[in-house]
Amino acid sequence: MAMTMTQKILAAHSGRESVSPGELILADLDLVLGNDITSPVAIKEFAKLGKDSVFDKDKITMVMDHFAPNKDIKAAEQCKMCRDFCGEKEITHFYDVGEMGIEHALLPEKGLVTAGNAVIGADSHTCTYGALGAFSTGVGSTDMACGMATGKAWFKVPSAIKFNLTGSLRRYVSGKDVILHIIGKIGVDGALYRSMEFTGEGLSSLTMADRLCIANMAIEAGAKNGIFEADDITLDYIRQHGGAEPVVYSADPDAEYDEVIDIDLSEIEPTVAFPHLPENAKTFGSIGDVKIDQVVIGSCTNGRLEDLIAAAEIMKGRKAAKNVRVIVIPATQQVYLDAMEMGLLRTFIEFGAVVSTPTCGPCLGGYMGILAAGERAITTTNRNFVGRMGHPESEVYLASPATAAASAVTGRITSPWEVMGK
Amino acid sequence: MKYTGSVIKYGDNVDTDVIIPARYLNTSDHKELASHCMEDLDKTFVSRVKQGDIITAGQNFGCGSSREHAPIAIKASGVSLVIAKSFARIFYRNAINIGLAIVECPAAAEEISEGDTVEADLDNGIIRNITAGKEYKTAPFPDFVQKIIENGGLMQAIVNEAF
Repeated sequence: MAMTMTQKILAAHSGRESVSPGELILADLDLVLGNDITSPVAIKEFAKLGKDSVFDKDKITMVMDHFAPNKDIKAAEQCKMCRDFCGEKEITHFYDVGEMGIEHALLPEKGLVTAGNAVIGADSHTCTYGALGAFSTGVGSTDMACGMATGKAWFKVPSAIKFNLTGSLRRYVSGKDVILHIIGKIGVDGALYRSMEFTGEGLSSLTMADRLCIANMAIEAGAKNGIFEADDITLDYIRQHGGAEPVVYSADPDAEYDEVIDIDLSEIEPTVAFPHLPENAKTFGSIGDVKIDQVVIGSCTNGRLEDLIAAAEIMKGRKAAKNVRVIVIPATQQVYLDAMEMGLLRTFIEFGAVVSTPTCGPCLGGYMGILAAGERAITTTNRNFVGRMGHPESEVYLASPATAAASAVTGRITSPWEVMGK
Repeated sequence: MKYTGSVIKYGDNVDTDVIIPARYLNTSDHKELASHCMEDLDKTFVSRVKQGDIITAGQNFGCGSSREHAPIAIKASGVSLVIAKSFARIFYRNAINIGLAIVECPAAAEEISEGDTVEADLDNGIIRNITAGKEYKTAPFPDFVQKIIENGGLMQAIVNEAF
């Protein structure tokens, strides 16, 4: 039977010729991921099994990124628990302060995921690796524990929506605008339980950073996974980062999709998601005068080098608006180093921004940029739920690095086209 | 399994950030998590929830972060069952994996009111609103999921070699 990309990967990982939507399968995993918040719960669950070892010490990774460097004593205890577990079980890919980055920026950079893999992570944005042509999905801590013990996870085979991309993005428009546009169109449960599969001639115009950003936010449309058809850009990226041999799965020409949505990339405009749902997407015709208190540029969605380059281009030679706090967070140590060598850090600091070590910190209201009641932030992160970045009466607006940077210049939500021209 | 309780009702898209805000994720202690459950959505929840209560909600309950702390906080609050029009998928599997009973039933979730007394018999797929005298049918869980529930969660199912 004809299959989607996702269905082919799930069939290959469950030893079947084919699978169909709705079928429950037990799949073999290539990688199991956890972070400093979700792993402690998984470690406690793992202990219930009374097993001495994990299924494969090379196929488990823990990244201390959410509340690390430790924000308080409790966070320190959680990281210690992960560190001790990984030491005891001899986990190869344990990333602590000094080596760590935000997990979903770090793993592709370290070559830990390749095309055709099946990956679970106890973090909802694990869907990011679909950009590499992998099946990758977020799960909870118990699934992580089960994955660490058995190397397997249960899945209901999803149906899919196909996004047929054409054209290419305009200047100062990026993957973030594409995914906010899509979520605005289909809603926060528009892809619930389903795959979002991205294909079409427009793919070739999207950088890996754009694709990682788009796949990252598939969860914000409720999707089980987002996946891009692997092409030369994907394969070059995997090779450059020392990833394992890729296996490319393309959908069968007659694969069944619940829906096919055409997206002309050349029509996408700078887009902002208003509080308190990512589906509240607006373009600048309908955005009034929205003053802001804080700008955050970073996260697993938009903390990559390309994102910092986009922000720095707009900030260079300019100053942050008065009374606007600007926080830039390179997603990994490598991004930090590259940004330093390119002179981007100087641009940020001269602009009036602070530059932080990699951390998820402010994105989930952890630390490093918490909002007070009544404050507004425009950020390149992925969620704008009530209280997401601090006080329940604060407001979060989601945007691209270019839009966030342009807003930092003016002190109100601003299109990059207004500051830079089209 | 049968559940009886009084209903606490919420709307659409209740996300895991409001179920348990990230500022409390520096712990995985069940009681401590329960003491902040629903805090950013409903400050009265913790003081009024009683053992056995049933939550009803709209579409996409549990969307957002994959934090298992969310179903843990709800379960540790004493809630016996969540009935929603639909669940976000990670929350759905987390709830099953930790043994928090959940069921999708759009009609029941729409019509049942705050404070109603509800009885649910999930083995037979029946939800009864005792207060309003109305009955709803639900689809039974697939066998695979039923096995996880019967074993009291995913880890115990693995220990018992249920698959």
